[in-house]
Amino acid sequence: MTDVLVCVKRVPDTSGEVVLTADGGGVDGRYAGWTMSAHEECAVEIAAGIAGDTGGSVTVLTLGDEDSVEQLRSALAVGANDAVRIDATADDYGPADVAGAIAEVVRGREAGGEGYGVVLLGNDAADTGDHQVGIRLAHLLDRPVVAGAQEVMASGDRLEVRVGTPAGTEIYDLPVPAVLTVLEGGVEPRYPNISGRMKAKKAQVEVVEPGAAPQGSGRLGLRVLPPPESNVEMLGEGPAAAPRLVAVLREIGVVR
Amino acid sequence: MSVLVVVEPDESGNGLSVVSQETLTFARQLPGEGVDAVFVGSVGDPDEAALAQCREHGVGTVHVTDDARLERYAARAWAQVVETAAETGGAAYLVAGGTPRGNEVLAHVAAARGVPMPCNVVAVVQDEPLEVERQVVGGAVLERVALGGGGGLAVASVAGHAVAPEPAGEPGEARVERVEAQIGDSDLAAQVVRVEEREGGDTSALTGADVVVGAGRGVGGADQFADVEQLASRLGGAVGVSRVVTSLGWRPHHEQVGQTGSRISPDLYLACGISGAIQHWAGCSSSRTIIAVNTDAEAPMVTKARYAVIGDMHEIIPAVLEELG
Repeated sequence: MTDVLVCVKRVPDTSGEVVLTADGGGVDGRYAGWTMSAHEECAVEIAAGIAGDTGGSVTVLTLGDEDSVEQLRSALAVGANDAVRIDATADDYGPADVAGAIAEVVRGREAGGEGYGVVLLGNDAADTGDHQVGIRLAHLLDRPVVAGAQEVMASGDRLEVRVGTPAGTEIYDLPVPAVLTVLEGGVEPRYPNISGRMKAKKAQVEVVEPGAAPQGSGRLGLRVLPPPESNVEMLGEGPAAAPRLVAVLREIGVVR
Repeated sequence: MSVLVVVEPDESGNGLSVVSQETLTFARQLPGEGVDAVFVGSVGDPDEAALAQCREHGVGTVHVTDDARLERYAARAWAQVVETAAETGGAAYLVAGGTPRGNEVLAHVAAARGVPMPCNVVAVVQDEPLEVERQVVGGAVLERVALGGGGGLAVASVAGHAVAPEPAGEPGEARVERVEAQIGDSDLAAQVVRVEEREGGDTSALTGADVVVGAGRGVGGADQFADVEQLASRLGGAVGVSRVVTSLGWRPHHEQVGQTGSRISPDLYLACGISGAIQHWAGCSSSRTIIAVNTDAEAPMVTKARYAVIGDMHEIIPAVLEELG
């Protein structure tokens, strides 16, 4: 039986325009909406798979304010069994702070006789793109870590982890307990069904207070790049534009 | 105090990767006295092409390891090699390209040292105290951050294509020095045990292609890629797809261009039926020339492109193929 902790982050949905908050200190998601990082959607799916294969359970955790419960419920709707929110203002937390706060929860659960064989995180968050929370967490917990996991198979006290690279797939075999950071592409996140949504809606979310004050990320300010002035040259419409398009291909040297 | 750059061999096995050459160019903007390099991902002497490129980039010392235990990749152990090289070389700054390997190894060093690690840095804003600007939100936003200070090691990864690779004003000696790192069992607990090579779907073909023909939701279905593949083949390039295409299961993830896929910088990106959401733009914006083919003249990919053709890609691509002969 492998109990899994999967850590998710509430991030602005950036499929549309990015708007900063009035003070320029953060991304304003009020209009675009909020979501879970794509890698973490896959991490939830992998967590559900490990727990299903081994008869374990999945706990989903986030660090954020009350609104971030929305992302916890998304994970509960697709297979997580219980949820924990570290009550904090996420923008005040740098990657080392986040890793420290998660480590505190893991250690607390272990002390209470409830250990996590696997801790899953996204490889990098869609907003900050930090690539390091999982590795910092592994160092704090003194556990092995694999970054970029796309498929995971649990067997006894070992994990087989598959990581996609340009040349193919690298396979790791490592002991539990371990930390893995998940990259999109290996599994297809499932959609919640109605009973999953209902269960998630009613589920209790445990709230814990972080023990240490955050040191921050060193952020001094943000600026949105102005949209480049469009200098598109229209080559025409439909198949009739093909000769002009091919002329451009010759001009830029990709066709001789 | 010097700048130590984590470099990776080129995937072809001949010379340095382009990202490493970019990172060496970036490193010379940092306020250090000289640039050194440490190899990650290859054991023993670098090939002559790689050493020649190190010399061109002004590298004084090239740190390598002979530790046979590192023939198979283990990030934490490689981080020990990098840390030891930083200590023996007296590095004040440690930088790597923002590749999976670069970010992973640097993160281990930063975690072990307890220092910050801004990722995807694009520019040095100020020398003293050092401030840098880095990409966040898929490159749509730039974040200014304080880096280092206090006499410790400052660690950062550099965004791909933040700078164009350029030789140094004066070549370096590129003296090869062996790193004797103290690598323990725990450093090797997460190590690659075997590699399954991919057949006919090498992502390096996408990231290294001079021409990429991109396809998005506008393709219409998994069985609608024949003309896209034919055009990519005719132009000697690779097929790249948007996230929605892989999410729909029409094509494999290793073909995905974008923030959570591959970042490309071909001479030509021909984006067909792709709207150009931020997530996709993050992966293709470094292309030298972008041509959009789309039914929607207001789509972001069209307005951001250099050239555009409006219409149905399945009518336009065959006409282009016919025109090419």
